[in-house]
This record gives sequence, C-alpha cells and structure tokens, in this order.
Amino acid sequence: MLKNFKQSILVSLWFVFLTFPLLAVRVNTMDQVVVWRWMNMLWVAIGAFVLSYLWRYMLARQQVRKQVADEGGETRSKTQLLLEDMSFRYKAMGVILLAALVFPLVFDTYQSTIMISALIYVVLGLGLNITVGLAGLLDLGFVAFFGVGAYTYALLNHHFDLGFWITLPIGGILGCLFGVILGFPILRLRGDYLAIVTLGFGMIFKVVMENWDALSFGPSGIANIDKPSFFGMDLSLADSTIYIYYIMIAMVIFTILVTTRLRNSRIGRAWIAMREDEIACVAMGIDIARTKLSAYALGAFWAGMVGVLFASKTTFINPASFTFMESAIILSIVVLGGMGSILGVILGAFLLILLPEYMRAFSEYRMLAFGAAMVLMMIFRPQGIISNLRQTYKYKGSKEKINNG
Amino acid sequence: MEYFLQLFFGGLTRGSIYALIALGYTMVYGIIQLINFAHGEIYMIGAFVALIVAGVCTIYGLSGVSILILAGVIAIIYSCAYGYTLEKVAYRPLRGAPRLSPLISAIGMSIFLQNYVLLAQTPDFLPFPRLIPDFDFMEPVAHIIGSPELVILITTVVTMILLTLLIKKTRVGKAMRATQQDMNMARLVGVNVDRIISLTFIIGSALAAIGGVLVASYIGQVNFYIGFLAGVKAFTAAVLGGIGSIPGAVLGGLVLGWAESFAAGYISSDYEDVFTFGLLVLILILRPAGILGKSHKQKV
Repeated sequence: MLKNFKQSILVSLWFVFLTFPLLAVRVNTMDQVVVWRWMNMLWVAIGAFVLSYLWRYMLARQQVRKQVADEGGETRSKTQLLLEDMSFRYKAMGVILLAALVFPLVFDTYQSTIMISALIYVVLGLGLNITVGLAGLLDLGFVAFFGVGAYTYALLNHHFDLGFWITLPIGGILGCLFGVILGFPILRLRGDYLAIVTLGFGMIFKVVMENWDALSFGPSGIANIDKPSFFGMDLSLADSTIYIYYIMIAMVIFTILVTTRLRNSRIGRAWIAMREDEIACVAMGIDIARTKLSAYALGAFWAGMVGVLFASKTTFINPASFTFMESAIILSIVVLGGMGSILGVILGAFLLILLPEYMRAFSEYRMLAFGAAMVLMMIFRPQGIISNLRQTYKYKGSKEKINNG
Repeated sequence: MEYFLQLFFGGLTRGSIYALIALGYTMVYGIIQLINFAHGEIYMIGAFVALIVAGVCTIYGLSGVSILILAGVIAIIYSCAYGYTLEKVAYRPLRGAPRLSPLISAIGMSIFLQNYVLLAQTPDFLPFPRLIPDFDFMEPVAHIIGSPELVILITTVVTMILLTLLIKKTRVGKAMRATQQDMNMARLVGVNVDRIISLTFIIGSALAAIGGVLVASYIGQVNFYIGFLAGVKAFTAAVLGGIGSIPGAVLGGLVLGWAESFAAGYISSDYEDVFTFGLLVLILILRPAGILGKSHKQKV
C-alpha cells in the first residue's frame, strides 16, 4: 500500500519534471516576457498520480486474464459467444439494416452527412482490412488509392463530363491498377521495409498532385464536381444527400458481401496462410507473388471506388484531403476494430469517425485523445474491439471406432 | 563548379542531420525490431525545449555562447527523459506482442506528442534564434559553406566518433551489441536487457535532440509538425543504409542528403520528396536489405 503510494508520488514528480518546459513556460518573444503557468503543473501532478494507480490496476488485471488463457480457461467473452449464435446474428442484421434505411428520413441533412463520411470510412476500412488484416501486408499509404479514385472522377468529370455511375467502376479499376503498380516493386520486401515504401508511395502521390498543375490543378484543387444524378433529375441539396446516403448504404452492403465471400474463398485462405507463415505458404504451393498482388489490388479497389463517391459528395477535392494522417486513421480503424474481423472494422470506423464528430466541444483535444487511445488499446486490448474468430473445426469422430476399440 | 560545391556541402549538412536522427531509428530497430515512429517527435521536442530555454535565457539577459550550451544541454536532457518515458509507457508493456502492435502504439504516440506540443505551446511557426555565430575565418568561403554548416558538420562528426567509441570500446556498448545479436543469449550471460533497451532509447533521443537543436538554429523556425517529415526522411535513410547497421545509417543519411540536394538544385525543388522515395524504392528493389545491410536467410 505504502509502496504503491510512494511509486505514484514518484511517477507524479517525474511527469511534472517532464512536462515542465512545455506546459509551464511560454515565451512571448514579441513583448520579451515569460508566462509561467503553474496551474498546469498542478493538474499534471494530480493527473499523473491518479493515472498511475489506474495503470497498475489495469496491468494487473490483464496479467490475470493472460493466466486464465494460459491455463486453457474460457477466454471467449459473452459478446463473442452471442456473436457465434447464428439466429441472433440474423436478427441483429435485420434490425441494423432497418435502422440504417430509416435513418435519413428521421434525422436531418447534417446527421446524414456525418453518417455518409462514417460509411466512407467503413468501406475504406474493409478495403484495408483485406491488405492488412487478412494478408498481413502493412500499408501506410492506403489513402493514395482513395485519392486515385477521387481524382479519377474529378478529372473525368471536369474534362469529359462523365457521370458518376460510369466513373464508379473506372475509379475502382484504376485503384486496382495502382495497387498492382505499387505491389510489383515491393514483392520481395517484407515487414517494415514494406511499411516505409507504402508510406513513401502515399507521400509521392500527394506531392505529385500538389505540383503537377497541368494534371491536377495543384493545391487549389478541383471544384464543381457533379453530384450523382438520379435518372437525369436535378436534386436539391437535402435530397441529394439522402440519395448519396442510400448509395453509400448499398456500397457498404456490397463490400461486406464481397469481402465475406472473399475471405472464405480459395484466395482468402491463401491470404490468411501467407499472413501466418510465408515460407510454409510457399511450401504448400501457393504463388506468393500472385497472392500478394491480388491482396493489394483488391484492397485498393474499394478505396478507388469509394474515392469516386467521396469526390461526388464533397464536390471539391484537393491534395490536402489525402495526407498521411488519413492513412493512419484508416489503419487504426482496422487495428482498433480487430484485424481481420469485418464487424470489428465497421464498429471501429463508427467509433473513430463519429466520436470526434459528436465531441466537437472538445475538438482541440480530440487528436490528443485519438493518439492516446491508439496506445492504450494496443496495450490493454491488442486484439481490437471484436477479435477475429478463428475458423474452428470440431472433430466429430466416428463412434463405431470407439465402440469397436 | 561553385554551384556544385554549394549543393555538395548543402547535401552534406542535410545528410549529416538525417544521419543523426537515423541512428536513433537504426539502434532501436537493431535491438527490438520496432520502427519507433515517435522518434521524429523526440527530435521536435528537443528543438522546442531548446527554443524555450533560449527564449527564457535571452529575456533574463544571458549572452551568445552560454545560451547555446545551456539550451543544447537542457534539450538533450529532456529528449532523453521523453525517450525513456516513451519506451516505458508505450513499448515495454508490448514486449512479446505481435509485430504490428508496437508499431500502431508508436504511431499513436507520435500523434499524441504532436498534439501535446500543439496544445501546450502553439500551432504556429516560432522563430528560432540564431544561436550559432558567424565566424570571421569562414569569411572567404562563406558563399559555399557558412558557419552554421561548419558547426553542424563538426558536431556530427564528433558525435559519431563518441558513439562509435561507446559501442566498440565500453562494457555497455558490448552489452548493447550482445543484445542486438541475441536477446535471450544476452540475458543468459547476465546482461540486464531491459536496462540496455532503455539506454538505447536514451542514446537515440540524445542524438535526435542534437540534430533538432542544430537544424532549428540552422533553418530558424520550429513548429509541432517538423518531427514528422524529418522522422520519415531519417527512417528512409536508415532503411537505405540497411536498418540495424550503424555505419549504414550514416551512409544512408549522406546518400539521401546528397540525392535531395542535387535533385533539388539541378532538376526541381518541388519534387524533392518524390526523389527521396523514388531512390528508396530503387535501392530496395536492387538490394532489399539496404546498402550495408546483411540479408538474413530465414530458416525453418
């Protein structure tokens, strides 16, 4: 007890020391005065003291959980068991679908707009989930594919007046193509080299879009992009938001269907095998090059397609929408939600996009909280909100044999 | 020719700064195979602390060189403290977790630290005082290489020599090399691995702080975001040279510095970052383990 107290005091003092120059001192070079903010120090001291208790408690609890798992105890939580219950799943899906369909009719345009951006991130997360969650290829430049889709629509619409519906598949296919282009040079790389090259690719995309004025109109971006047309009718702003919302819902359902089917397909199994062990995978006769390229291409496909929708929703795009920060957010959606788990990714996207949106009051602190949440999540719940359920097969056994034996 | 020399020394200066930061990445990676994404933020915090100390000192009426030394020393102390805490809070609980977990934690920490500085200080660019004076004896060559460049080069070289001595000659250095080769074996022969890892973070942070102070007084402004790009570039340098290898980090930094300087000088400065990453991709295609890196055969 006393030991804990002493430790917490030490932690508290350490953090006061650590944050002192940045939080307590502010130099005003114009007026040549130093502002001392001693109150901040008090808050840090109290905060660090309380948090250190919490920190120890959480770590101890995790230790206990780990022990239970090691001893082969039941580690699946109630929610997980509930999720495995098929009839519950169908009912839940029905309710969610119904809620999603009536949402724009009940709430106003503002709410629908927020929901659309959350849904965009759901599709992006599901796309990246193929590359990172299933195939285990870390991609830090995923936003580039999103950008490819958005620019595809913006440019085709600007120069050739092509409509939304024609461009939608083109955006997806171009995203795919760029996925393969990125995939080729890095087939031989693994792990962290892969991460840095994909990050570089994302940066290259942004720099090129900022500077190649002839193609992309530079940092000023492209404005007046057409919204999707509804059988040639012009819609009011509110109506077109609702229309885009429904397109988005359809797209999410489409994505979920396809990614679920993909995961259980031959190629999906190959991705998972590759993630687990590349060498064993080669030994089983799986073509690694093809499997990797397809993981990139199919992941990028969704990003490209949803990019088209993003451009048509905002009607204005510029390179500032496609920064590394976006890639990091998409990646954390996948990781926080639970890698490989489709439901997890969806929940992750809603949490990460809607929470900051509705906590506008604390908007200054939201990125701070976001960073801290990523760290804490990794430490205390590394498997994500919904951990991916491994496919398990029960050995049914033949009773005759046992009886005979 | 003069233009060429200018670019050459510009690239050398820039490259030596990259090398200083890259060393932190490569040392940490060598020991725990983690891309310490928040390393760039340590560098930024070093620069910021130096700025604050310099500001306070100027107002309380200290002069020239004493400010430089005081700001530098305090910046290094604080960067080390941040590096140590960072490892303890964000990475140590994740030892033994899957590879991706500490990486995500590192990205989270990077975002956290950026926003912490943003909220605690200011989102704007702050002017950084010119701490390095102009030397008279540099006058005749000042159009090719200025005094700040000279100071940066000398500091870097001295730091590198000290680091090499530390790693090659001392007991601690030996323990570090042992931990890098095989963590379990090092533990068996009595190396306190946890302490060595902490120490690696501290040394890397000190190098980053030196880089931060030098760069900030060279370029003349600081904000909360400078760490990100510097970090990415330095990591690129580390990968170029072969991650995990200390001479590789230095070489990679220099190659990157020159490549950027010449590309910006002779081709176009708008596409500087494109050249950086283009070079990276090219080298990784030809030599996937980097210039000096050894490729490990994976055995089953």
